[in-house]
Amino acid sequence: MIEHLPILQVVVPLLGAPLCVIIRQARVVGLFALLISVITFLISCSQLQQVLQHGTIIYELGGWAAPWGIEYRIDYLNSYLLLIVSAMGAIVLVASQSSIVKELPRTRHMLFYTSYLLCLTGLLGILSTGDAFNIFVFLEISSLSSYTLIALGNDRRALTASYQYLIMGTIGATFIIIGVGLMYMMTGTLNMYDLAERLPEVHHSRTVLSAIGFFIVGVCLKLALFPLHLWLPNAYAFAPSMATAFLAATSTKVAVYILIRFIFSVVGAEFVDTVLPLPEIFIVLGIAGVFATSISAIYQLNIKRLFAYSSVAQIGYMIVGIAIGTPLGLTATLLHLFNHALMKAALFLAIGGVVYRVGSAQLSHFAGLGKQMPWAMGAIVAGGLSLIGVPLTVGFVSKWYLVLALLEKGWWPLTILVLISSLLAVIYVWRIVEWVYFTPPRIIIDDVQDAPISQLIPIWILVFANIYFGIDTSLTVGISQKAAAVLFSIGGAF
Amino acid sequence: MNLIGLYNYWIVVTLMMIGFYVVIAHENLIKKLVGLSIFQTSVFFFYISTGKIHGATAPILDPKYDLYSNPLPHVLILTAIVVGIATTALGLALVVRIQESYGSIEEYEIQSQDTQDQMESQLEAYGFRKKHDLSIQNLDE
Repeated sequence: MIEHLPILQVVVPLLGAPLCVIIRQARVVGLFALLISVITFLISCSQLQQVLQHGTIIYELGGWAAPWGIEYRIDYLNSYLLLIVSAMGAIVLVASQSSIVKELPRTRHMLFYTSYLLCLTGLLGILSTGDAFNIFVFLEISSLSSYTLIALGNDRRALTASYQYLIMGTIGATFIIIGVGLMYMMTGTLNMYDLAERLPEVHHSRTVLSAIGFFIVGVCLKLALFPLHLWLPNAYAFAPSMATAFLAATSTKVAVYILIRFIFSVVGAEFVDTVLPLPEIFIVLGIAGVFATSISAIYQLNIKRLFAYSSVAQIGYMIVGIAIGTPLGLTATLLHLFNHALMKAALFLAIGGVVYRVGSAQLSHFAGLGKQMPWAMGAIVAGGLSLIGVPLTVGFVSKWYLVLALLEKGWWPLTILVLISSLLAVIYVWRIVEWVYFTPPRIIIDDVQDAPISQLIPIWILVFANIYFGIDTSLTVGISQKAAAVLFSIGGAF
Repeated sequence: MNLIGLYNYWIVVTLMMIGFYVVIAHENLIKKLVGLSIFQTSVFFFYISTGKIHGATAPILDPKYDLYSNPLPHVLILTAIVVGIATTALGLALVVRIQESYGSIEEYEIQSQDTQDQMESQLEAYGFRKKHDLSIQNLDE
């Protein structure tokens, strides 16, 4: 049993999805999906423990040895991200039990949970697999189901947002298979670790160069790097609140994982640096993205859209962390992956709680709700503080490491830019605080209560995690440092 | 360098660029999906042609032959074709629902309707009343 955990991690939600369609009953489906996601979470905990104790787990599918068969390889990086994704998957489903009832008609609950579990399958699959083509397959499983999740939103703009994401996402995924195909052409293998061994022989051919170009552009479309982020704000703004919370906490993180895995484990950072000016491009786009999207966030009237823009900005920090090219920089990125998932899940769940009562995510409808909904609004403020990077929250920890990494390289101007951009976060978080606490309510809704307790519990667990991991960083920093060290020992330095 | 000998790659790249151009340039949502399909199909051609080896035969074991083409790219592309069908089907389903709720599948018309919605909600944010209720509609359709 225990040796089959890597495949069970992916197969359990994959089998859960069609069972949701069979069960149909709106109430039961929700609890069933929750059960499945809790099982995947427990599996990921046990895998993380195994990796911490015994090192990398290698699982050969069907018993076929690696270069021929597909292999799942779980090391520090994977097990850490598997934990994040499955934990968010489970906690969002706790809150969605009540939220979905309000946001979707009963007939669509089953569809929501089916595509949710399929999306979870895809994301966990990407994280587990060691095969380059397999990544594409799982990427499409997760993307197709997230297009469905987004299109379930009530606003008709959810449909156009989903369509736009479908076009952009498919172009991205197709770029990725072109890249994989070109690499296969030159090396004859699809296994990532086999590729890493064989690519150096053909490094200087133009085919490999264009393969890397296609692959990286494709992944950057998926992770919404600054000029390629246009699909993201609308998709997050109009999806059902719970879908937004799940996607914001996990899907772009997984795309960042693909980028890290590809750069460090497959191609080798040294090659990327000497042949392509990738760090320079990443730093310019990362910082430009942080500024452009933070400024856009300030002007948003829809609070979900506001935090969607802020998500793109946070991706910018992660990319800068990768581009610094030192173990410390990568540690900062990995920390921010975890911390940003905590913040955004807390924020979007809290917004979901308000939408549950008010029926809208317009900033103006939040006016004066601070007194009526103290717990939900308190969570939004706590999440916002974490986003800014106030000490004692997780946001501070990851920004601290990012600044340390920049200073270690002696990049003063960039450090200052990162700090200034944090001030932009202060502005957009303050705008929310102002509406919520200092503006008289515009529309009078009688007896607006706080979000239901079934939503407040997961929200406040996340808020508590935001503070706990901001004070006791031994777990997150420990694993991030180990994962970064391992990646650098394989891939060499930039 | 033999440019004509590798004509399959020329076809692949030409198709790819035609598809990509259609996706970018056309306003009609169905035409965009057509472009996307052409774009994906070009990649299928590319994979299949990488499996071909000169003078080799289909990979069915037979004592008469000792050189076989590589069947793996075909298998991979079988998966990619399934993904492509799923994408097109989902895209078309979305277009149907867009047509139902916007009454149009031309991008600029949809955008102008969206801008109008946006303006209304902005006016509303600054204190004007909106015509119809913002609460979630048609929950039990």
